[in-house]
Amino acid sequence: MNPAGHPDAADDRGFLAPPGGRRGLGSWVFSTDHKRIGLLYLGCILALFLAGALLGLAMRLKLMTPGNELLAAQTYNAVFTLHGVIMIFLVLIPSIPASFGNFLLPLHIGANDVAFPRLNLLSWWLYLAGALVAFVSIFSGSGAPDTGWTFYVPFSQRTTTNVSVAVLAVFILGFSSILTGLNFVTTIHQLRAPGLTWRRLSLFVWSLYATAWIQVLATPILGITALLIFSERVLNLGLFDASRGGDPLLYQHLFWIYSHPAVYIMILPAMGVVSDIIPVFARKRIFGYKMIAFSSLAIASVGSLVWAHHMFTSGMSDLAVLVFSFLTFIVAVPSAIKVFNWLSTLYKGSISLEPPLLYTLGFIWMFSVGGLSGLAQGAAGANIHVHDTYFVVAHFHYVIFGGTGLGLFAALHFWLPKMFGRMYNRRRALAAFWVILAGMNLLYFPMFILGLMGMPRRYYDYLPQFATGQFMSTVGSWILALGLLLMFHNLYAGLRRGPLAGPNPWGAATLEWTLPSPPPRENFAQEPVVHKGPYDFPRQGGHA
Amino acid sequence: MPEPRRDQAGAKLGMWLFLYSEMVLFGGLFLLYAAYLHRYQPEFHRAAQGLDALLGGINTVVLITSSLFMALSLTALQTGQPGRCLGMLALTVLLGASFLVNKALEWGEKFQHGIYPGSPGVLALPPGEGTFYSLYFALTGLHGLHVLVGVVLLGVVMLMLWRGRLRQDHPALLENAGLYWHLVDLIWLFLFPLFYLIT
Ligand SMILES: [Cu+2]
Repeated sequence: MNPAGHPDAADDRGFLAPPGGRRGLGSWVFSTDHKRIGLLYLGCILALFLAGALLGLAMRLKLMTPGNELLAAQTYNAVFTLHGVIMIFLVLIPSIPASFGNFLLPLHIGANDVAFPRLNLLSWWLYLAGALVAFVSIFSGSGAPDTGWTFYVPFSQRTTTNVSVAVLAVFILGFSSILTGLNFVTTIHQLRAPGLTWRRLSLFVWSLYATAWIQVLATPILGITALLIFSERVLNLGLFDASRGGDPLLYQHLFWIYSHPAVYIMILPAMGVVSDIIPVFARKRIFGYKMIAFSSLAIASVGSLVWAHHMFTSGMSDLAVLVFSFLTFIVAVPSAIKVFNWLSTLYKGSISLEPPLLYTLGFIWMFSVGGLSGLAQGAAGANIHVHDTYFVVAHFHYVIFGGTGLGLFAALHFWLPKMFGRMYNRRRALAAFWVILAGMNLLYFPMFILGLMGMPRRYYDYLPQFATGQFMSTVGSWILALGLLLMFHNLYAGLRRGPLAGPNPWGAATLEWTLPSPPPRENFAQEPVVHKGPYDFPRQGGHA
Repeated sequence: MPEPRRDQAGAKLGMWLFLYSEMVLFGGLFLLYAAYLHRYQPEFHRAAQGLDALLGGINTVVLITSSLFMALSLTALQTGQPGRCLGMLALTVLLGASFLVNKALEWGEKFQHGIYPGSPGVLALPPGEGTFYSLYFALTGLHGLHVLVGVVLLGVVMLMLWRGRLRQDHPALLENAGLYWHLVDLIWLFLFPLFYLIT
């Protein structure tokens, strides 16, 4: 076996080499190596992302012109439901933490694995099981679920489609997410290398830490909500049935108590990626380290108190509306703190516009547009006007696709050379970015206007005055798809045949770059001792 | 292969995090209970008279006693008495199982009177009382499931102890099983007054 730490060995495939001569699927799906588990997640997530994207394309195609009957009405309902369920529960919730988090967390803190490696593997198996059950719910029973990803009662109780199986899948996926969070919190507490104080943690690790707490403390509410829908349907409990004294509003509360914090599970790790990438390409220490770390925790805690801003039109006291609207504005503050700190880091930095930075800048643009439009909805008055319109759809996709999605792509461009040891084509990566950005904005910006004009979300058809916006949006979806194809093709070609990347192609200062690419199986041959912060670059300019 | 790393403190931290998530899981149902109690106070009081406080009380004593034996088993292991530890665990499992039997009898009696989830008997009740019984079955059912898991878990721990794979110097597995058991016990201590004593 190769002793760890031979950066010059050109054919050293590190942890990718078959362990002990065992190759094939078994050496992956039964491996407790956090790096292999991270790649398993990454592969599944990207595959499911493509599936979800295809469903989105189908939806856009159907909506291209008014009166279009490309999809039957019932199929259309199933398609938007599946698009939501796949993208939220199978792609976005695990996205960065389960893939890059698994791969990088032990490397960033100088450990050889997470705290509970076998539990980590169990998380992945549960994720796979959840995906399979979700798949079964599509093709069994009396039709794919048609409730939308929110499973609102009373419709989710009454519909004859296969909702019972789908919510079981959600329950299993939630369990997987809890176990990952529990593992990460314990890992960060217990396994930091000597000298790696809390103030020397990378901001990516800080964001994983905040995310993991949300996963542990918010996801169980989703679990019980899914179980309740299941028992409403199977055992006929009637807890949300108004005709039996139940209250459907309580379902909405339970659902959003999880599902609002869930958007922070999706966005916080992407913010961590951004915070780690910007200083590397500005060759400057991050501006406001403590505030960025603190704002992650602030988002995690305040973000758990704003859920009812999804229910302003559902029936609530005026006082409650006021309080939840106010808290929603408060939670925007830590996000803004991050954005200002990122920009301040770039200010007077020695910037090199490599692909990871470009995707990161895309993140900041899209997230800012999405975040500000979120405030428009958080205002109690404006909310009444745009509630359940395309405005909400546009806002969410700007924040989550433009934010988490571009954050994930930035992470791919930053860390794939570390994972596979090979570099992609720089120019194609830059070109793909501009196509993606153009496509995204053409796809989602018209939705803001459509929403303000009154186009309701999830409708099968629309009035002629919405036709122009809908058409533009569909064209945007094609451009976006083209950009994604370009990007994934370039990344794939790069990791197959690209030139060797070397241990530290970007000159970054966190611990994973001290290892060869790909990293050896046992990570660190000797436990590293840390003497400096994650953004103290070796040859720094005049700036500190 | 290096000796597998045993991080006792880490294992316990992980367990505590898991227990937090369990509390939140039940918390969702407690939230529903609170909201409906607020709305249907008289109905809840009337419906609670249909439950047998004596049976519930016995079960409370059974679970508290089992928690005592659980704690004693840990002391036994830490003072180097694996045999005594095994005995205490057996008593814990026995009491856990009798809790389940008692619960099954109680449910069975309700079923016989036509009170089970979604039954015509429940549907015929006034709205708030039906809600009370739905919550009763949901919460005690979920709790019973946890007791069942706990009994199986303790069985596994006993097996490992029997085979000598659980020793004085790394008691984390037993400690964690104990923490879980105490949590299940604690949840019952909330369920008992909320369902049996609010008449
Ligand atoms: Cu929200």
